[in-house]
Amino acid sequence: MLESLRGRDVISILDFTRGELEGLFEAADSAWKLIEYRPLRGRLVALAFFEPSTRTRMSFESAVKRLGGDTLVVTGEEAISVAKGENLADTIRMLDAYSDAIVIRHRFEGAALYAAEIAEAPVINGGDGRQHHPTQAMIDLYTITKLFGGVDGLTIGVLGDLRYGRAASSFLLGLTLFKPKMVYLISPPQLRPREEVLEELSVRGLRFKEAGLMEVLAELDVLYVTRIQRERFPDPSEYERVRGSYRVTLDMLEGRAKKGLKVLHPLPKVDEIDPRVDESPFQAYFIQARLGVPLRMALLAGVLGGDGVWS
Amino acid sequence: MELSEACGEGLLVRKIVEGTVVDHIPPGKAIAVLKVLRLWPPKPDGYRVAVVFNAESRKMGRKDIVKVEGHHISREEAAALALVAPSSTVNIIRGGVVAEKWKVKPPEVAEGLLRCPNPTCITRKEREPVKPRMRLVSKEPLKYRCVYCGSTIGQDEIEGYILV
Repeated sequence: MLESLRGRDVISILDFTRGELEGLFEAADSAWKLIEYRPLRGRLVALAFFEPSTRTRMSFESAVKRLGGDTLVVTGEEAISVAKGENLADTIRMLDAYSDAIVIRHRFEGAALYAAEIAEAPVINGGDGRQHHPTQAMIDLYTITKLFGGVDGLTIGVLGDLRYGRAASSFLLGLTLFKPKMVYLISPPQLRPREEVLEELSVRGLRFKEAGLMEVLAELDVLYVTRIQRERFPDPSEYERVRGSYRVTLDMLEGRAKKGLKVLHPLPKVDEIDPRVDESPFQAYFIQARLGVPLRMALLAGVLGGDGVWS
Repeated sequence: MELSEACGEGLLVRKIVEGTVVDHIPPGKAIAVLKVLRLWPPKPDGYRVAVVFNAESRKMGRKDIVKVEGHHISREEAAALALVAPSSTVNIIRGGVVAEKWKVKPPEVAEGLLRCPNPTCITRKEREPVKPRMRLVSKEPLKYRCVYCGSTIGQDEIEGYILV
């Protein structure tokens, strides 16, 4: 089922075909069955998180351990020789020598691709700067597939920081592998997607439009919310002015949205979603978070697993 | 043909016996060409170089020309040249005659030629042994995209990011 993943680097969601993602989603559905087979028995996965992370790191750690493997966790630049002045290339060579796969998060864009060029072991991008977060995009698309039976034909709103947020960019790029009916980009002007992302969406034929939340809320099947960070605004009063237009409240959803609308969020969320939404049928972000582990189990088993893992 | 036309303008630039003539440079780009060929600023022990600004050209109206005596530029140098003066023609002169002539072509992958404009691209990280790599995404107008971070450099900005 996942033969094509064996030994592969996972740098961008666009490294994968729709067929490969669908195969992965199917595998994730039965990922829990792998626990008894322990396909990563005796394998070590380095989790090199040069940038703070709790959920992505813990979710990878949980996935590796549930598959019978073990992890070498390095977090923060101070924990490794980077603080002593070692460059990333040498750190990666060391991790490559000590482990069977490397999951990397780094604040520089392109760090994962660079690591993959250096390491012989497969490299999985756990987030590089503002650029890619492919496993998050896989989880997002998997969640939608679980909730709606697929991504095709859906109307999807993507709200928040579409410029610097790697989860939103990767999700948008991932959507180009499917055929949603329409994708609405909902962001303050200074947080519109970067030109290169917009270009990629156009070249790949995604149907998308920029819009305001209230204009399109009634049409949406999925509302993907990301955090708008205050530090992105040079003028704090400008932040105060726009934040209200990008806050999703229960009243708003009950008043305007379709009954079946599902709200996704890569988490952590702060105040962009009214906590009352958590208890409502619109909430799907906790479901999304739970699907992170089986999805990453399926991916790791595909990349590192031996013959017959899925048979 | 156009080489002799330029010389016929009355500019006192004598013919060279061994060297390179870069012709059909867009007007105003001769200095940029000298920079990518590492001929600018001039060094006391450097090659003898002649520059013609605003020569008449049937094809281009006006053009610049650069003549370098005693140096045959390489294909790699010509690739860098293509980034700042994509219309240029390179004439390799041997024994006083044009031995080779070719139009420059922007490289499909510019490796080590352009600095990425994004300060948080891995290729900008200090002490990291990584060569910037840009892929050609459009020839007209010229546009390159960083393989690592996706940032782009358009024709108008290229000169500012040349590394050579």
